[in-house]
This record gives sequence, C-alpha cells and structure tokens, in this order.
Amino acid sequence: MDIHDFLISPAETARRKGPHDRIVMSSRVRLARNLKDAPFPGWAKKPDRLKVLDTIRPAVESLPEMKDAFSASMDSLSSLDKQILVERHLISREHAAKTSGSGLILNREETICVMVNEEDHLRMQALRPGLQLRQAWTAIDSLDSQLEKKLDYAFSPELGYLTACPTNIGTGIRVSAMLHLPGLVLAEQINPIIQSVNKLGLAVRGLYGEGTEALGNVFQVSNQMTLGESESAIVERLEKVLAQIIEHEENARATLLEKKPKMVYNHIGRAYGILANAHSISSKETMNLLSLMRLGVDLELFPGIDRSLVDELFILTQPAHLQKQHAEKLSAEERDLLRADMVRGRLKNVSRPVVRPPAAGGSTGLDKPDK
Amino acid sequence: MLCCICKEREATVHLTQIADNKMQKVDLCEECAKNKGVNDPTGFSLADLLLGLGASQEIEQASGGADTRCPRCGFTQADFKKAGRLGCPECYKTFAEGLETLLKSMHKGTRHVGKVPDSLRQTRDLSDRLKMLQKKLAKAIEEENFEEAALLRDEIKQMNARLSNIAAT
Ligand SMILES: [Zn+2]
Ligand SMILES: [Zn+2]
Repeated sequence: MDIHDFLISPAETARRKGPHDRIVMSSRVRLARNLKDAPFPGWAKKPDRLKVLDTIRPAVESLPEMKDAFSASMDSLSSLDKQILVERHLISREHAAKTSGSGLILNREETICVMVNEEDHLRMQALRPGLQLRQAWTAIDSLDSQLEKKLDYAFSPELGYLTACPTNIGTGIRVSAMLHLPGLVLAEQINPIIQSVNKLGLAVRGLYGEGTEALGNVFQVSNQMTLGESESAIVERLEKVLAQIIEHEENARATLLEKKPKMVYNHIGRAYGILANAHSISSKETMNLLSLMRLGVDLELFPGIDRSLVDELFILTQPAHLQKQHAEKLSAEERDLLRADMVRGRLKNVSRPVVRPPAAGGSTGLDKPDK
Repeated sequence: MLCCICKEREATVHLTQIADNKMQKVDLCEECAKNKGVNDPTGFSLADLLLGLGASQEIEQASGGADTRCPRCGFTQADFKKAGRLGCPECYKTFAEGLETLLKSMHKGTRHVGKVPDSLRQTRDLSDRLKMLQKKLAKAIEEENFEEAALLRDEIKQMNARLSNIAAT
C-alpha cells in the first residue's frame, strides 16, 4: 500500500483537538525495547537485523490496536516518503535513513507508531493531540504488555530494559510534549525557563532547526533520565513542569498584551502581511511567521479563523510535503515560490488582524517602557 | 547532582546538546565548566566530553583493559568509545563495572524502578512466597509439627511446579 493513501490528511491532523492545545501541540510517550538474544541494530550484521525484523513485525501486526495498520520495510519507502513521515513527527530522522532490515508499523489512527531496528530493536510510541501524557503512557504500556508475551525482551532486574545507548536504560521511556511558546520568546523569558527546566533533569530543545535555534517557537520538553525513576513518576513530574510552563506562557501573553500591545500587534500584523503577500518564502521564515499568526489566532485577532488553518500550513509548507504536491523535482528556489503561492492562496479569505481596544486604564495605547 | 568531571563539587551548569538527533546532557560545576571553555553550549561536542573524559577509561580499567571483548557479540570498549552505543544486551554484563559510574552520572539512580515484564514479576512473587514457605516448613519440622509440615510440603511442590511452568513458556 502507498503510504500516501494511508496517511491522514494534514487538514484532518490539524483539526484534532486535545486539552491545552493552545500551547501543547502534542504529547508523546516512547518506549525502547530490545530482544534478548540479538545484537543491537547499530552493531548487528544485516542478516541479524532482518531476522529481528521478521520476528518483531508479525508480533506487532497481530495486536488488536494495529488492525489495518500500515506496515513496511524501510527499503520499500522512497526517501521523499520517509521525509514526509519525519515532517509529520511519526518517525525520527535517524530512522528515515534506514533501509532494509528496519521497519515501520503505524496504526490507522496514527496514534501508535512502532519503529523496528532504529537505534533499538523496538521503539514504540503513542501520540496524542494536546496535553495527554497519561493517556499516551497508558496506551503504550498496554501495547508493550501485549508484546512482552510474544517477544523475549532483554531485561535485567537491576538495570531494567537494556538499550543500545546507556542513556535509555531502565524504563526505556521518553515522555515528551511539543509546546508552542511565542509569548515566552517575545517576552524574552524563554532562556531562564529553559534553564530551570534543565535543572529539573528535563531536556528542552527546539523541535525544528539545529542546536539551540527553535524555529516557529516550537519546543520539545522531555525527560532525560530513565534509570531509577518509575514511568508513572516521570509522567507525573513532566505533567507538573508542563502545567507551570503553560501558566508562564499564558502570563507572558497576557502581560505582553497589557504592557506592550503595539509590539504584539506589530509582530502579528507584519507576519500576516508577509504571509498573505509574499511571492517567495523559505521554510524557515514561513515557520516563524506562522507561529506569530497562531499566536494571533489565540489572541482572537483573526475572528472566525480556526487554529487548524495555521496548523495545517505548518505541515504543508515543509519541504517534503511541498515536493509531494508536484511531479517534477523542485529546487529550493522553486519550492520557495510554490510555498508562497500556497500560503497566499490559503490566506486569501483571511482578513488582516483586528486591534483590540486598549484595556481600561491603558489610556494612550502606547507600549510602556521597560522598567 | 555532582559535577561529572571532578565528581566533587555540586554541578550548577547543566548542558544539553543534540548529536545525531539524540539529546545528550552533562552536568558541570562552575570551575570545570570554565576550565573546559564551556560558555557556549553549542560550541563543544558533548559526546566527546562525556565519553572521552570518563566512560571509556572507566570501562577500560574496570574490565581489565581495552582488549576486553563481549563474549556474545565481540564488542570492545574501543567500539563503545567510537559509537557511544553498546553491542548487545550481554555487553551490560561484560562492561558492568565501568558502566556503573557512567550510569550514575547520567541517571537518577543505578537500580531499575518501574515496569517489570509480567512473567518475571510472577516468578519473583512466586519465589518470594516459596522462600517464606520453606522457612515455615523448617520451623514446623523443628517443632515436630508433622501434620503442618506435610501440608507445607504439598504447597511447596505445587509452587515449584508453577515456577517451572512459567520458565517453560
Ligand atoms: Zn567539577
Ligand atoms: Zn555484547
């Protein structure tokens, strides 16, 4: 089956709702597992990897959750297909580079995605829109409990589930949430927040872009330590920290609107202006401007416009998705033209952002200088 | 959390970096951070720092030198230094001593807390009960309570059967 006949459309994906989805774009829980008697994928020879794939794939396919799943060996997917799966956050970049001996099983609802022979024999993840860490954990826990009856896991009573990299040993769990934090970025509060979250043993990174750069103001927060703390304790700890980040982001937005409305309107108005009128635009610029438009929607500056319009563009404007809509191979310059055409088209019926009347007491409407 | 270089002072600089799409982390005290020139968290390779400074040497020492090979998969500590990954589950036994220190610097603890595969948990619960029954039996024999001893023997027999049943499946 062609992966594109299987995948849920970006429009439908963007319309999925979840708790706190204003700020938390999605939740994810990933478990790493390995088979007892096989070398880890990075060290295994090809016949070993093929054997592992042949053992794991049918076991995963047989689970009720994976009825009508998409299941493929990585060599049967084109590099464009794999790139699209990366842009949908369904597989890792590392997995996209894999060929024969590695596999992918994705359920019909795209809520469970299992990578075979990525860094570990099994990387299974549950995905949910909005803030639903607990639900994601329950789902993947149940999948794992069914699989352990069919597969012989590498497990040590002292060290827990054994993984290729010592950083994942123990529970093998990675609990993460994808956060949209334009308020904290505009208010220049993001770095202290990242530092304090780091101090709690959690990792923060930009979801798009390299290093510390966070395109589109999208950040991923996840646990780093996997040994010595139970899964539910990790989930609970993340929930607490996320609740605080959400509160900080909401406060930052409210404070910005109150103290620096002009700055906020300026950013959002310019973002709209460029997106609605540009004839050439890079993926990077698009993402940063879409983030500001998303903030504008949240602040009700685009009456009648649903957030899903922006979220769909987040997906559609990425390079592989853009390429997929055109038969001929596009250069980066051609993609920039086509991207701008698409965004202009989508924003054709979106009116420019409104300006909300200044709150009582805010007499001039001018931004207050920093104290 | 102690500094992962000097292992003496409290770590106050916590760094994360992405290498090969993996999140990695080190914790340093102010002084070691300065010594390492770690002002810009993106400007150095954390994998080198982590693996170059501690892990591989420790593994080397603990496992009797660089020549130690995993009997199952042939992996050596030089391979670990290169890849930052182990060869197979058995490697955790081969390089156990050196890994202990590495794990301590990376994780909250050095003992697994959390989910245990069901079959193992059953076995563990059963063997706990078995031990208890055997104590009771010893006591019953000592007190010449032969009636109870007979009952306990039956129960122990059943328990052993269940255990070997689990082991067989
Ligand atoms: Zn130090
Ligand atoms: Zn090995």
